[in-house]
Amino acid sequence: MEPQSCLIEQSFNGRYSVWVREALDELSNNFTITDPSISGHPIVFASRGFLKMLGYSKEEVIGKNGRMFQGPSTNRRTVLEIREAIRQERAIQINILNYRKDGTPFWMLFHMCPVFSKEDGRVIHFIGVQVPILRKPRRSGSGYVRNGVNLCEDGSGMRETVFGCCRREVCSDLVVELDRILALESVMDADDKELEVDEACEANDSEKQEAATAINNVLSVLTHYSEPPGRLVYGKRCGLSGRSLLGASSNIYLGRIKQSFVLTDPHLPDMPIVYASDGFLKLTGYARHEVLGHNCRFLNGQNTDSSTQFQIKESIQAEQACTVRILNYRKDKTPFWNFLHISPVRNASGKIAYYVWVQIDESCQNEDRQGLSPEMRHLSAVGAVKVAVRSMSMSASTSQS
Amino acid sequence: MMLSIKRVPTIVSNYQKEEAEEGARQGGGCGRNCLRNCCLPGAKLPLYAFKRLNKNINEKGLLDYEKKEPPVAFLDSLLLGEWEDRVQRGLFRYDVTACETKVIPGEYGFIAQLNEGRHLKKRPTEFQVDKVLQPFDGNKFNFTKVGQEEVLFQFEPSEDDEVQFFPNAPIDTENSPSVVAINVSPIEYGHVLLIPRILKCLPQRIDHDSFLLALHMAAEAGSPYFRLGYNSLGAFATINHLHFQAYYLAVPFPIEKAPTRKFTTLNGRVKISEIQNYPVRGLVFEGGHTLEDLSNAVSDSCICLQNNNIPYNVLISDSGKRIFLFPQCYAEKQALGEVNTELLDTQVNPAVWEISGHMVLKRKEDYHEASEQNAWRLLAEVSLSEEQFQEVKALIFEAILCGADGNGGVKQSLLEEPDVAPQSLEEVDALNKSSHSAVVPGKQECVVLH
Repeated sequence: MEPQSCLIEQSFNGRYSVWVREALDELSNNFTITDPSISGHPIVFASRGFLKMLGYSKEEVIGKNGRMFQGPSTNRRTVLEIREAIRQERAIQINILNYRKDGTPFWMLFHMCPVFSKEDGRVIHFIGVQVPILRKPRRSGSGYVRNGVNLCEDGSGMRETVFGCCRREVCSDLVVELDRILALESVMDADDKELEVDEACEANDSEKQEAATAINNVLSVLTHYSEPPGRLVYGKRCGLSGRSLLGASSNIYLGRIKQSFVLTDPHLPDMPIVYASDGFLKLTGYARHEVLGHNCRFLNGQNTDSSTQFQIKESIQAEQACTVRILNYRKDKTPFWNFLHISPVRNASGKIAYYVWVQIDESCQNEDRQGLSPEMRHLSAVGAVKVAVRSMSMSASTSQS
Repeated sequence: MMLSIKRVPTIVSNYQKEEAEEGARQGGGCGRNCLRNCCLPGAKLPLYAFKRLNKNINEKGLLDYEKKEPPVAFLDSLLLGEWEDRVQRGLFRYDVTACETKVIPGEYGFIAQLNEGRHLKKRPTEFQVDKVLQPFDGNKFNFTKVGQEEVLFQFEPSEDDEVQFFPNAPIDTENSPSVVAINVSPIEYGHVLLIPRILKCLPQRIDHDSFLLALHMAAEAGSPYFRLGYNSLGAFATINHLHFQAYYLAVPFPIEKAPTRKFTTLNGRVKISEIQNYPVRGLVFEGGHTLEDLSNAVSDSCICLQNNNIPYNVLISDSGKRIFLFPQCYAEKQALGEVNTELLDTQVNPAVWEISGHMVLKRKEDYHEASEQNAWRLLAEVSLSEEQFQEVKALIFEAILCGADGNGGVKQSLLEEPDVAPQSLEEVDALNKSSHSAVVPGKQECVVLH
């Protein structure tokens, strides 16, 4: 497997010209860019403003999932809503409680938006803009001072001071009362103070506008620097995806399965590959566009045993799973013994929709650190694919209705 | 008077259906390769040892733990792999992926599945529904009678600080392992049973350790789509041998989308909210300094409910970060003839999955006519009334405050007040079989709750 840092580099370099990072760095907005096609949906870019606001260095956030900013009081339902927006590849604007590196929580308006490739309609990135929400003072006794609008315009430095103050106050109140006799009251009291973080905080219109403007800024930079010009990116999906033969969201469901596998569609002529995992491309040396739409037989070659091929054909005709050892060839013509498992996969209507082919290169079987047998690794890939396809087709039927 | 209902029991093991015909056949290697003394000596099963010090899944900083890859991915490699292996070995009664399923259009997205095979070939059996706690009965079907091939692996806390995996570990009968077994009548892919301390033959009742184990399993799976559930007796559990269920379904459940209103935060930072705008009234627990804080708050509540003879269901969601608790009374209503026949005809048993919004339907017509309105109507019958719910809520709240002290406060004060007998809630309720009061030592204000 390629190291994740490589994938993160490629996430940008393959799609934009070299100047894109600089241009993004010049934007004063707080935002991150994430890549859903990499396992774990990591952050691949974080703006200076964002890093400053959260108190992290660039190295500490690149490659991590955005959930690293959530904490104990982050509303889990909000997290679910963001997760669903990602799965459905749509924009969302929502208030969420996040945590800075030093552990202080603060409310922000999170505005996320997918970036589509014009080429094949796939989501290539998500932009996440974060606008801190300034609270209106609610209680006279609360002790911290808001001196006006200046704070809003004045960059994150001042904001930090304000949030820092609130936090310290909450803390000290919590620590004061530890007396056991007052246990009950202290529960109530702490509860009351914690409203500071627990009570949902609403962003006002100007904050919402700020977030939307920031999204547009980032999008226009990405569009401007996208490369080659044919790979223009857009904030809105344009037309139906032509080349991605599965639904556009397939990546989110299938992309996290790390093993080498392909899905073939038995309902299309000659049963072509409709999905190929990163692991498969790595194993065989082909690029994705070279394998999609083709029958799996391109892996066979001169010394491939035809009786094994026949065995595969028969089990597919019988809609059965099968395991074989077959001599296959990489793109560079080097042969390898493929310990291959094939199994039918059903969609949400219970019908066979695909066949999954899981490949294990016998020569590097033992390189895997896993304590599982190759047979078990076949089956776990099949299991993960079955769940993904079933769920994927369930959701598809929802969006149609 | 004993209240009971007749229902078709779900067959969770291939050894369950033979039972009636064969009767109890004891001793001397029964030939089924089961988990009793006759077959256990020398038996081995994979063992997954989870990291116990994974105290707080919410706290920042400890998230680094996730980075370190375990030797085997718990859910994606081990559980799904072993489960698919049992699929290919033909141990399930039907192929659940061949069961049609859909998300019902509407605001909540209830999920409907047409499952005609689950309740075939079995006569209705009588179930007592008015006693949430019943003693374990070794003559009835229990999980020590399943075949070893139905058990996927042992699930135990690690002895050192790391996740460990042993593909072939002996079964330590002295320590009675916790195991994960398949449910041969799955309602979704990966449907398994977590059976804590299987050889101890615990009855279906929540205790602190077992619930924490279930939370660990959810955390270990690490996917918001792998959820665990619990049904008490009287709330559609059919086997009186302590078990949790779990399966993998990568869509949000309606209950997870329901709005909530916070009503309190406990000392350990566990936040408790009331579910709003959902047909079944219930509570949500989340947060907490440690996994144990959260676990204890929920198990205190469950123990309170079972001691007060109130049937309930629990859903462990969001990798163990959110827990839903539903007291319910459907079975009682059913036994008293208060549920309308149209609903009864659907034969849907509103257990934890149904309450959470995943409706497993047995008849084609119900599946094709499934609507948010129908789902809502059924679930509304399950819920306590607002008045009942507020009473139960007050009961739970008191129990938690006492329980929290019992776990934290009392221990701290032991040095100062040596005569306070440290007594766990379990010990107390064991002494207190009457099941109509919950007594907590050392705390006047919550002596009698009923």
